[in-house]
Amino acid sequence: MFYRETGQFKTSYAADQQIFPIRQDRIGIMLLLVVAFVVVPLVASNYWFNAILIPFLIFSLAALGLNILTGYAGQLSLGSAAFMAVGAYAAYNFQVRVEGMPILASFVLAGLTAAGVGILFGLPSLRIKGFYLAVATLAAQFFIVWCLTKFPYLSNNSSSGVISVPGIEVFGMKFDAPQERYLLVLAIVALLALAAKNMVRSTTGRAWMAVRDMDVAAEVIGIRLMCTKLLAFAVSSFYCGVAGALYAFCYLGSVEPDGFSLDLSFKILFMIIVGGVGSVLGSFLGAAFILLLPIFLDIFLPWLSGVLQLPFDGATVSHIQLMVFGALIMFFLIVEPHGLARLWQIGKEKLRLWPFPH
Amino acid sequence: MFKRIKQVAIAASIAAACLAATLPAARAAEEQFFMLPDYRVGPYGANGQSFYGGFIDYLNYVNMKGGIDGVQIAWEECETEYNNAKGVECYERLKSKAQKAPGPIHTMSTGISYALVDKSAADKLPLAMMGYGLTSAVDGSVFPWSFPLVTTYQMQASAIIKFLKDKNGGSLAGKKIVFLYHDSAYGKEPILALEAEARLNKYTLVQIPVAHPGNEQGAQWQRIRQEQPDYVIMWGWGVMNMTAIKTAQKMGFPREKMIGSWWAGSEEDTVPAGDAAKGYMSATWNVAGKGVPLIADIEKTVYGAGKGNLKDTSKLGTILYNRGVSAAVLSVEAIRTAQAKYGKGKAMGPEQVRWGLENLNLTDARLKALGATGLLPEVKTSCDNHEGSGKVKMQQWDGTKWVPLTDWIEGNKQLIHPLFKADAAKYAKEKGITPRDCSKEK
Amino acid sequence: MQFFFEVLIGGLLSGIMYSLVALGFVLIYKASGVFNFAQGAMVYFAALSLVGCLEKGAPLWLAFILAFVIMTLLGIATEKFVLRKMVNQSPIALFMATIGLAFFIEGLAPMLWGNQVWPLDIGLVDEPIGWILDRYNIVVSSFDLTAAGLAMALVAGLALFFQYTRVGRALRAVADDHQAALSIGIPLQHIWALVWAVAGFVALVAGMLWGSRNGVQYALTFTALKALPVLILGGFTSVPGAIVGGLIIGASEKLAEIYIPPVLTDIFGGNFGGIENWFPYVLALLFLLVRPEGLFGERHIDRV
Repeated sequence: MFYRETGQFKTSYAADQQIFPIRQDRIGIMLLLVVAFVVVPLVASNYWFNAILIPFLIFSLAALGLNILTGYAGQLSLGSAAFMAVGAYAAYNFQVRVEGMPILASFVLAGLTAAGVGILFGLPSLRIKGFYLAVATLAAQFFIVWCLTKFPYLSNNSSSGVISVPGIEVFGMKFDAPQERYLLVLAIVALLALAAKNMVRSTTGRAWMAVRDMDVAAEVIGIRLMCTKLLAFAVSSFYCGVAGALYAFCYLGSVEPDGFSLDLSFKILFMIIVGGVGSVLGSFLGAAFILLLPIFLDIFLPWLSGVLQLPFDGATVSHIQLMVFGALIMFFLIVEPHGLARLWQIGKEKLRLWPFPH
Repeated sequence: MFKRIKQVAIAASIAAACLAATLPAARAAEEQFFMLPDYRVGPYGANGQSFYGGFIDYLNYVNMKGGIDGVQIAWEECETEYNNAKGVECYERLKSKAQKAPGPIHTMSTGISYALVDKSAADKLPLAMMGYGLTSAVDGSVFPWSFPLVTTYQMQASAIIKFLKDKNGGSLAGKKIVFLYHDSAYGKEPILALEAEARLNKYTLVQIPVAHPGNEQGAQWQRIRQEQPDYVIMWGWGVMNMTAIKTAQKMGFPREKMIGSWWAGSEEDTVPAGDAAKGYMSATWNVAGKGVPLIADIEKTVYGAGKGNLKDTSKLGTILYNRGVSAAVLSVEAIRTAQAKYGKGKAMGPEQVRWGLENLNLTDARLKALGATGLLPEVKTSCDNHEGSGKVKMQQWDGTKWVPLTDWIEGNKQLIHPLFKADAAKYAKEKGITPRDCSKEK
Repeated sequence: MQFFFEVLIGGLLSGIMYSLVALGFVLIYKASGVFNFAQGAMVYFAALSLVGCLEKGAPLWLAFILAFVIMTLLGIATEKFVLRKMVNQSPIALFMATIGLAFFIEGLAPMLWGNQVWPLDIGLVDEPIGWILDRYNIVVSSFDLTAAGLAMALVAGLALFFQYTRVGRALRAVADDHQAALSIGIPLQHIWALVWAVAGFVALVAGMLWGSRNGVQYALTFTALKALPVLILGGFTSVPGAIVGGLIIGASEKLAEIYIPPVLTDIFGGNFGGIENWFPYVLALLFLLVRPEGLFGERHIDRV
């Protein structure tokens, strides 16, 4: 009843091809943007900005990047954190070494640098497939982190290899307060998400999906494998690179190469699996879930053990958290292998009829 | 449908719980709040367990003895898993609770403290980094809110060199020393100091990095065997330590010539290495054992009342446990110092605690009064010198326990502290910080 | 030259240790097509169970059996509660499930047995063999030799088991084609549970050797990262591949660590050691460019 497309007629190709062809979706997304840009900055606390909203947006962006590569183009990658690292260090270097470089330009350049590195490590994908490729992307993961540790030039000769980013200034405006940083990140993420949504609907996106479903078949119908795969690597790395730059500049403020570890790559992979492989929305849902679940467990379990008078010490609670996290991941994959995005779709279908039975 | 409802319910409860966490909890008026971003799982969980066990036990002990002049201590833990992003989240979560009357923040992780240096300065919360973290923060004029208390990697490296020099009749000329280090920020910090010392003392320094996590060091030790060094100084952490000790045994390198940093010198490192660790030496800034009256008293008072933090009481008196106690002693003493100036029996605000940390004067007499004679060196901080001591002891593993070998040894301050100054100045320039004038602070 | 040989021998012997871990991956991948990322966690869990039983006063042989029983139970539980419910899902979903399993085990193991670092003494001393050292000035550890012997025995045993027993034949049938195996009456579920138990056994042996080498602790889970390049080099489906891959990776990694950083230092200046993390992966990657299915992997033929 609430979500029905009956009566919405398309009279032009443009109307038929718009991103959200259903009116309810358009209204929904508008509302969401208004809430994100206007309501949230007014009501959220510093904790929400610093510890939840900013990392959520940044990880969503990284997950989106990986989703383009894995979800749309079908190339499993375990090296997303390394591309984030490239972005973070590139942005830092552009900012420190080039006098008067606007920060947004260094973010874009950071993304492009990451894209370049991504193409380089994407080359093997022309030969290697499946899990072999996944393990091969680990080469990128370890090699890039090693390079960042080993070449002091990349960290501006810091003795420890840690970089500490300068303040953020866009068009003469300082972005210090958490709300301001949030808005900056939100604007960038919203823009890139829109771009991604359009990209996957375009010829490029369809080519990716054809390659994902069967690359030999795709080649037969005239899709150039090399271009398509490498483009997927480039775009994906661009997104991860920008996410990495934001991670350093707007979230942590100071990063070390070891921070971009394999664990982080896995975390991003989890996000797209839980959120939904091959879905832009899923990247956001997954990022929210993976980020919030540990925090929730962290708060909920000690409280529970306090209420029930369970004889748990701090260590046991930490161990149980880890177990519950693992168990929930498995549970999710068993119950809904297509992720949260699929649940959302089912929900929408139900809303079509609800509250009437037929 | 049911699935969906469940999702909504989960989402709602997450939101509710998070919201609840952000609301300031109602507290008694006079209470000092310690945030504890600690870790008990993950690759270094065993180390965190002992350290934070000691820390919390001491806080409990102070509370049972009537608090800090009547001010009770409250604390809340948050699991960081030694992960930078999680550490920042923990910090942000607990920050609002700590803003009124904070205790110094101990993360026991170099990475997390790096991420917190700027944040804690912006939020005006004192950050302690005892024997880890950003070492240039020794210069308090640039880093008013960060305290690398007791000693730093560079000063420790310098002290180790001094110890070796004394052992060799006052000269290391012509000797060869291998520096085997964990290839991360932690391991790379002392290199500059060791190079400076090498120029001064005319020894040859060979640097051999070990990739994280360091559970396989065959090649590194084969190289050491080929180099035939007089000593190996090791900056290891976690599994790298026992692997190094075991591999030294495999290569027939005498453990009596290996000296570890203080993160490579705990029972967690030597016990698993078994007999191979006998004779291995390390630096430390606190002694092990229950010989210190304070530790014995904690066992009696806190564990006697069933309030102990550790399930496994055999950890009491280990190096890391005692280190946790020492860290807590220093934190509590800083608050005491602040109280002496700003009013006894009151909870101290952030600026006051910061002043307390900056004007800490922990003398042997005071340590004795606390029952902590010899547990840690004397500490006297100032605006210029947030380190306050720079002294370490050498200890040796005799197969069952750590035995102190020397008295407190101070590193070469004239050589090392200018390095901090230069680093801090560079940092201030990059960040646009105007350093305070320390001569005007009191 | 003798230094070269010393490094080479050391590398080959370390490689065997990697093979041991890789073997567990291969077994499960072969039989069920699951890329089991939890193998590292299983090594940790197995070693911890072994130590836990030893702590409780059991002699080594009994502790070994008890730990094996625990690993078997774990394998059966995994099959029953996770894999059985995920039949017919994409390989990547199964892979992710095993990462979830890894988290679960990493929480479960220290909760059951405590998270301190344990020594494990299985009566082997890790010291250089005297006469080799005296005569050739080459360090060869008796421990490593024994470990290599054990690994060889294990592989031989497994090979015989697969080749000549009824269950082994069923296993190979399942590995070839799940559905065909099911249709001729091979109980798929039992076979999978069995494979997980065997993988648990391999994890136990690996955990015992690695544990007595470096102490039993969380870091044992990192052994998986050492095994992955071995796996891609040797091919996911080949037991001999795991051994040969291990030897190649072990030896080349050690030689690289000794001989490559000085070259880099000559070019760039600075210190370039610690390449062991990425070198095996890059090597395996280069290798894959020539043979995309690994050394002994099954050739994959695409049909449209």
